[in-house]
Amino acid sequence: MRRFLGLYAVAAFAFLHLPLAILAVFSFNASRFTVWQGFSLNWYRALVQDRELIGSAANSLAIATVSTVAATIIGTMAAYGLWKRASPWLSGGMYLSLVTPEIVTGVSLLAFFEWSFRFLNARLGMHTVILAHVGFSLAYVVVVILARLRNFDAATEEAALDLGATPFVAFRLVTLPYLAPAVAAAALLAFTVSIDDYVITSLVAGVDSQTLPMVIYALARRGVNPMLNAVSTVIVAGLGALVLVSERLRHR
Amino acid sequence: MVATLGAPLAIVCVYSLRSRGAYFGVEAPWTLENYARLWDPLYGAIVLRSFWIAAVSTALCVVLGFPLALFISRAGSRKNLYLALVILPFWTSFLIRTYAWMFLLRDTGLINTLLQSVGLIHAPLPMLYNSGAVILGLVYGYLPFMVLPLYATLERLDPSLLEASADLGARPFDTLWRVIVPLSAGGMRAGAILVFVPCLGTYLTSDLLGGSKTVLIGNLVQDQFTGARDWPFGAAASLALMAAAMALLFAVRRKGEDLL
Repeated sequence: MRRFLGLYAVAAFAFLHLPLAILAVFSFNASRFTVWQGFSLNWYRALVQDRELIGSAANSLAIATVSTVAATIIGTMAAYGLWKRASPWLSGGMYLSLVTPEIVTGVSLLAFFEWSFRFLNARLGMHTVILAHVGFSLAYVVVVILARLRNFDAATEEAALDLGATPFVAFRLVTLPYLAPAVAAAALLAFTVSIDDYVITSLVAGVDSQTLPMVIYALARRGVNPMLNAVSTVIVAGLGALVLVSERLRHR
Repeated sequence: MVATLGAPLAIVCVYSLRSRGAYFGVEAPWTLENYARLWDPLYGAIVLRSFWIAAVSTALCVVLGFPLALFISRAGSRKNLYLALVILPFWTSFLIRTYAWMFLLRDTGLINTLLQSVGLIHAPLPMLYNSGAVILGLVYGYLPFMVLPLYATLERLDPSLLEASADLGARPFDTLWRVIVPLSAGGMRAGAILVFVPCLGTYLTSDLLGGSKTVLIGNLVQDQFTGARDWPFGAAASLALMAAAMALLFAVRRKGEDLL
């Protein structure tokens, strides 16, 4: 049985990882067909010259950066608040947001934005995408930070207060340094979910806010395209590097 | 949190009870008709297909995930490496992982090209744009959600129970089937929910791998909000989806399971 399990695990890991590996290998193929015709960087050259892709990548990075900073700050405060005083409504809402199907979150945000435009002179665009991203990444941030706070000894903070620190100083000098690795991990998580999201973004995006996943999706719907393999490889490698760095930071 | 999630949901609730306006707006008379339309055979088929595909994908995840979780829980010092291998796909774009399967499965994709060059088949197998491809994509995407909770329960399993079973004369297979499997039911339930709920609401996988033939609830909702512009009906469909997800969650949580 041991032998069988081992063989099975090899097959399962191959199933999980081979598709992406193959995708990456063929991004270096000279031919546009699925036949290996030698190594080439053609598709990467095409990728760098594609205005639409580069523009949307810049949008994605801007959106992810702004929404990550906002979600991390708000989420950290929310988690700290929840830890101090439990609120069934808030934690229930957070739970709800984690299990709501993406498409439902997307259409309800769209309906909400369109409704608010009756009173505000605004349209769908970068700001609605950023708001949506902050909204759906908040719950992830809160979960990560709360998990760390559960192991935090409240007496440490109380000691600081007893020694004359104001609540803010105690938070800044005692609690926040303890939370730092979780804050970094939460920010990374928020960044990845933001840069990856297609379903919600495509619903609340305007004409000026095409993101990278939206362009990839449109290309993929039209069929397979070797340039897409190249984009995918760059994204996977980029995110992989980011995760490695953060793991290093966390275990230091 | 309340502002970013509660308010939008409330508006969808209101919309779902209203009629469609002349210019794809949402207008007055209050009505339940949008919910009644979900029972229409045309849409009923979509709902049934969604449940069916989510159920098959979940079952496959249990069957495929269990041996893997068992393997990892017994891997000793290399546990963390194997766990990382399972978690790694989480950090990769879901969209890109779905595209990877398009690349493999299409008529001129790698699998068909290989099979044809070996001479096993003469015409490409139609592997893309059907329910099978959607299920494959879902299992591929959500297998980690099943493996992790299963691993967590198997990890906590008391080894003395297995020794007891062996001492009492059970063959390894009996121990597996009558001791390990029942004891990991909790993890299995948690994993099943974590897989079933997103599968039920999937939109991306069915759109890219299923083509126009495999329309699911998620695609229906999206189409009502963008293409057909029938927001009230789309809102009703999305609330029905949400309600189904919630009902499942509560059914499991009542038994005192901790999901996360």
